[in-house]
Amino acid sequence: MTISIDPQKTNNESLQPKGWLRYFSFSLDHKVIGIQYLVCGFLFYLIGGTLASAIRIELASPMSDFMPRDVYNQVLTLHGTIMIFLWIVPVVNGAFGNYLIPFYVGARDMAFPRLNAVAFWLIPPSGLMLVASYFVEGAAQAGWTAYPPLSITTPQSGQIIWILSVLLLGGSSIFGGINFIATIIKLRRPGLKLMQLPMYCWAMLGTSLLVVLSTPVLAGTLILLSFDIIANTGFFNPVLGGNVVVYQHLFWFYSHPAVYIMVLPAFGLVSEILPVHARKPLFGYTTMVFSIMGIVVLGLVVWAHHMFTSGTPPWMRLFFTIATAFIAVPTGIKFFNWVATLWGGKISINSAMLFSCGFIINFVFGGITGVALAQVPFDIHVHDTYFVVAHFHYIVYGGTVFIIFSSIYHWFPKVIGKMLNEKLGILHFIITFIGFNLCFAPQHWLGLNGMPRRVAEYDPQFQFVNQISSLGALLMAISTIPFLINVFLSVRNGKNAGDNPWNALTPEWLTSSPPPVENWEGEAPLVEEPYGYGKEISEQK
Amino acid sequence: MLNKKIYLILIISLVFAISFWIGFNVNLLPAEASINAPIYDELFKILFIIGLIIFIGMTIAVIYSLFMFRKRNDQIGDGIALEGNLSLEIVWTIIPSIIVLLIGLYSYNIYDRMGGMKELNHNHEMMSSNTEKIWAGISQTSDNEIAINNLSIEVSAMQFAFLFNYPKGNFISGELHVPVDQKVSMRMESKDVIHAFWVPEFRIKQDIIPGQPTILNFTPTKVGKYPIICAELCGPYHGGMRASIIVEEESDYNEWFNKNKKPEVNL
Repeated sequence: MTISIDPQKTNNESLQPKGWLRYFSFSLDHKVIGIQYLVCGFLFYLIGGTLASAIRIELASPMSDFMPRDVYNQVLTLHGTIMIFLWIVPVVNGAFGNYLIPFYVGARDMAFPRLNAVAFWLIPPSGLMLVASYFVEGAAQAGWTAYPPLSITTPQSGQIIWILSVLLLGGSSIFGGINFIATIIKLRRPGLKLMQLPMYCWAMLGTSLLVVLSTPVLAGTLILLSFDIIANTGFFNPVLGGNVVVYQHLFWFYSHPAVYIMVLPAFGLVSEILPVHARKPLFGYTTMVFSIMGIVVLGLVVWAHHMFTSGTPPWMRLFFTIATAFIAVPTGIKFFNWVATLWGGKISINSAMLFSCGFIINFVFGGITGVALAQVPFDIHVHDTYFVVAHFHYIVYGGTVFIIFSSIYHWFPKVIGKMLNEKLGILHFIITFIGFNLCFAPQHWLGLNGMPRRVAEYDPQFQFVNQISSLGALLMAISTIPFLINVFLSVRNGKNAGDNPWNALTPEWLTSSPPPVENWEGEAPLVEEPYGYGKEISEQK
Repeated sequence: MLNKKIYLILIISLVFAISFWIGFNVNLLPAEASINAPIYDELFKILFIIGLIIFIGMTIAVIYSLFMFRKRNDQIGDGIALEGNLSLEIVWTIIPSIIVLLIGLYSYNIYDRMGGMKELNHNHEMMSSNTEKIWAGISQTSDNEIAINNLSIEVSAMQFAFLFNYPKGNFISGELHVPVDQKVSMRMESKDVIHAFWVPEFRIKQDIIPGQPTILNFTPTKVGKYPIICAELCGPYHGGMRASIIVEEESDYNEWFNKNKKPEVNL
């Protein structure tokens, strides 16, 4: 693929700021946009994390004593919305997708660079708007699910700003999805076959299909909800004959695939990281591709498992039980394949590897409770309790966020050209792993024994276990400190990394670190075996 | 080679033994106080044991790999160039499929025993036609089983309280009193936002939805006082939205019922 040089573009480039200032510009370079996504997402992660700490402080005592009750509901709504729409989705898709996909397909940029920049620049204003809604009349307080009629009856300005913000973020996500599909399908370097692509491309292809198929449904639903709030229509308002259960179907038609939008890219990233540090080919490439696509298909037909205690007829409960439980099969294949990738390797125990292995252990745990939750009779007892809170944090934090950190340790030398400090990295892993499990493992017990989610006050018999959980949250908050110190120190005086410190074979490592503006000085290399570890040596012999 | 196989079999049986031991000896659940509860706990135990086997097995595999296959300082080069093993991959596709299918069938059986698959029906003399749309809850009664002496209660939920209407006694109570070992049939409706009726000791939960009645039937088996908890975010005081269910001997229940009963007003 040759990119015709547009004279206007070259002019623009000379006008574009150089150095760190370019990260604040409307840059069209996919690498700059990727870093913009990552840093912006991380800042929102700090805000969302602060809100999480506020929740855990409130829950350290059984009374509602740390903040007013309606503020507590605003905090939990903002925590969920920020972590999902402003941290995990933009970072695993936007940040790593933008940075890596053009390298992996052998292109000089994404298919639609301007659309790409627009997609990113929608995020900061909508995020700021969401946070600022707190100072208007109070933020949204109906939870990130915004179930009507609660979302219709709570203060309107906060809810409307929440809807606008999520619509913009959904738009950004759709633009990104279209861009990734076009780039992976159409911008591949001549001679590069689909089945030779690194696994992250397949994960992003599957994820982007889910984004494009399901996000518009959320957008439509939220527009109808906003009509109910500001124009007194009755789509979901029971007083006017509306149906509240229909909203739940429409909402979860997006929001269950959203879970895969958050974890499939992480599955892709870990498939890039493990082979490099274990010095072994990725085990079972073909089955990995098929299991990603299996998850995409199944992921679209499982949404009603979020509604087992809602208004659902028995046949529907049964169908969604079986469909949901079967997602465990393709997911299980991937985990067995990753362990098989480790088996017999020559594993470097470094921060990237440790976070990836932490991911495997946490996610297997979250996956097992997920299969249990898929069973209607099991779910009826624990639905909407802390058991569910624990389960999905094992998936999105223990799973995806661990992989985000693993990826930062893995690709930092590529982006900056310097190494992160390994001792601080391992310290970061240890505190995060202990803090995370201390925070969320006890919550399973809380849910089983009678603590519902989204409460500011609870039965005093649960105080001790809640305090353990809050202690874990404190450790998680502390764990960001060595990470931030590490990043700041390493950007300034990190050890020089060279172009390919891990001796990796995927294409992004076959150029300089940091890479030049259009990725390669000459033509893009043709990488037919991105995981061909162990082969060169036998050939040399 | 033979040695390795023996070790493998030994480790696998140890994992199974530990999982079974934990599954049978560690109780994570609250007291059992309805006929649903022991059925639920049976399912929980099976899922817990299977989950433990998989979790412990995978954790051992990851930690063992990290330890055994770590790169020693004197080593250079890569690991073995193993790109896959079709028969192994088929095995770990088919075995999980079978496990998932068996769990699904088993939980269908459990759900059926809880009454989840039965025709939803509700016996209320006061209540209207069969054409009313009623949404699912757990039902332990079938058409034939519904007896006149079934206790029928109308539940209404609002921000932030439950009200229990006893149509036969023509009174409303803020506490739910039920006699032990008798079927209770509840028709629930919300006055404002979505709430949920949850009694952890009974292992039952059902959302209470505005504009759409839901049904929940259960049979308490143990005398005592248990919490009723709202499990659906319903506003600022959601955490405080609790009530009590008091399961008592039939004589105590009748005494309470007669004390509260109001004469019927004929219009």
